[in-house]
Amino acid sequence: MAGKTLYDKLWDSHIVRQQDDGTVLLYIDRHLVHEVTSPQAFEGLAIAGRKPWRTSSMLAVADHNVPTTAREAGISDPVSRLQVDTLDNNCDSHGIVEFKMNDARQGIVHVIGPEQGATLPGMTVVCGDSHTSTHGAFGALAFGIGTSEVEHVMATQCLLQKKSRNMLVRVNGEVSPGTTAKDLVLAIIGKIGTAGGNGCTIEFGGDAIRALSMEGRMSVCNMSIEAGARAGLVAVDETTIEYFKGRPFAPSKEQWEQAAAYWRTLRSDDDAVFDSVVELDAASIAPQVTWGTSPEMVTSVKGAVPDPATADTEVRKEGMERALEYMDLKPNTPITDIKLDRVFIGSCTNSRIEDLRAAAAMVSNRQVADNVKQALVVPGSGLVKKQAEEEGLDQVFRNAGFEWREPGCSMCLAMNADRLAPGERCASTSNRNFEGRQGQGGRTHLVSPAMAAAAAVAGHFVDIRDLEVRL
Amino acid sequence: MKSFTVLDGLVAPMDRANVDTDAIIPKQFLKSIKRSGFGVNLFDSWRYLDPGEPGQAIDSRQPNPEFILNQPRYAGAQILLARENFGCGSSREHAVWALDDYGFRSVISSSFADIFFNNSFKSGLLPVVLSKDIVARLIAACEQNEGYRLTIDLAKQVVITPDNEQITFEVDEFRKHCLLEGLDDIGLTLAHADEIRHYEERRRSEVPWQFN
Ligand code: SF4
Repeated sequence: MAGKTLYDKLWDSHIVRQQDDGTVLLYIDRHLVHEVTSPQAFEGLAIAGRKPWRTSSMLAVADHNVPTTAREAGISDPVSRLQVDTLDNNCDSHGIVEFKMNDARQGIVHVIGPEQGATLPGMTVVCGDSHTSTHGAFGALAFGIGTSEVEHVMATQCLLQKKSRNMLVRVNGEVSPGTTAKDLVLAIIGKIGTAGGNGCTIEFGGDAIRALSMEGRMSVCNMSIEAGARAGLVAVDETTIEYFKGRPFAPSKEQWEQAAAYWRTLRSDDDAVFDSVVELDAASIAPQVTWGTSPEMVTSVKGAVPDPATADTEVRKEGMERALEYMDLKPNTPITDIKLDRVFIGSCTNSRIEDLRAAAAMVSNRQVADNVKQALVVPGSGLVKKQAEEEGLDQVFRNAGFEWREPGCSMCLAMNADRLAPGERCASTSNRNFEGRQGQGGRTHLVSPAMAAAAAVAGHFVDIRDLEVRL
Repeated sequence: MKSFTVLDGLVAPMDRANVDTDAIIPKQFLKSIKRSGFGVNLFDSWRYLDPGEPGQAIDSRQPNPEFILNQPRYAGAQILLARENFGCGSSREHAVWALDDYGFRSVISSSFADIFFNNSFKSGLLPVVLSKDIVARLIAACEQNEGYRLTIDLAKQVVITPDNEQITFEVDEFRKHCLLEGLDDIGLTLAHADEIRHYEERRRSEVPWQFN
């Protein structure tokens, strides 16, 4: 019999029971909760007279709606405030651990889960948020769920699931300097398309993935959902294990060796068979920039906006035309000719310390270009912010003309006050370039933190490999 | 949960691929802590010319006459027809609630994003997967014939066209059962509470640090 993939192992170890048709009752170890997708679930529980099954599995934080400017005065938008208050009240009344808005540990749910060691290898991790796929970087089976499922997990600690197919994306070789984890994942999406991973759990492997730090692996797994896969995975290795040492929710000294030994088994067997395999050559991947309104509409910074006339199908051609119209771009425009109005460095894709370091290296002793109205840095958590300040990165950014903010989702989805005005163009380190994502009528180009920072200084996209400053 | 058995409904064609959940219900409306009331903001930024904010009076809005659902011939549509990868993007179940609140009972597409697909069943909205060719054909037929209706019979797993063509579709047995009966799956799961406790006990001894 063929060996098991990492996904097979994680799946099998969480089966509570299996129905004849293959539907499985899957046990959930960690349930992360935020303010947007939980109020209706708590309400559903209350209406049915049910209680959370195991509150110790839950960790809550408000991130989507919170202001990223001074917080002493609270949230001024009454609708946002009500949503955050509702989360606070629900957590207080059920005894659920929550990092409240003014807690130093508050931040984006997908940043704080790993940071606290609340996400661990071998766990099943869910959250009412599609980017839960981020946590797969640690060899955990992690996926986003809807609010009804949030309620289901609260009430039963389980989910009704059918198994996905196994897909392997292998990135061979070594990346060239200037190419980051974000560029790898954008290139992968460009290759397989936004529906390429539908119905699959993608395991990312190959030398280029193995060489990534945990931050980089998180950026890759984060965007699995943009490739249509609900979950992404990276096998556990010593980089993974090292990451958890001393984290508050990680195993204690007594349990550490036992845990680490178990974690080392969390990799696909050498003879495991995948339903599909995609291979990429790392050395051929240049820094990436999206030009359209879907993450698959992406090209190299050396490239140009494509011409819809070259599309292979009619549906694709219409999609491209619509995207170019929305983005106000002409076919064949060199990417480096695209001028920017705003720059956003943040989001659960790229707001960790390593991202901020990479961005800071690009702006040190430089100034944000005159045509850029605003350049924002929004750290992923209060602890990331603190660390960055200890390293003096906040000063580097401020001196260059960036705004240095409090942690949260911010302009990634513009649910708080940080947003693009209609027609404005933004270089963003976030994960979605959908129409209106960063504000109605706003135009988003997805890039890595270093590319965003360099673009802020130049006022337009530049190939960071051409600059003197190197990562 | 609402049950779904047989639906005979007016069809609205949305000739687009990759309709994402941000488009279905833009984020500013996710601030609501309720499950209902999202229908007026379904496809808000395509449907209205003025920018939408929560709590606006509907008669103060400027409908975009170009948008498909604003065309009188599609008023009261219950079946939405769209190209591949419908419902991609965020996990917001508000997208399903908005479609449901507007009056849709089913979406037909050649493929759906995973989380949207799951969420649909939880609110009694039936996602039907048909081949790309058939979807293209239905979109054309719908655009050409005013008042175009389809019948969807879940028990028999068929979509029936006005010329009585019967197109079969796949649906997961268990989901079909839940939808036909309108079952609450939390209740179903809790019937196995002992098995869940049993699993928990075993895991607690194997991987105790996960229960700290
Ligand atoms: S940062 Fe953006 S993608 Fe990540 S959880 Fe927040 S809104 Fe979602």
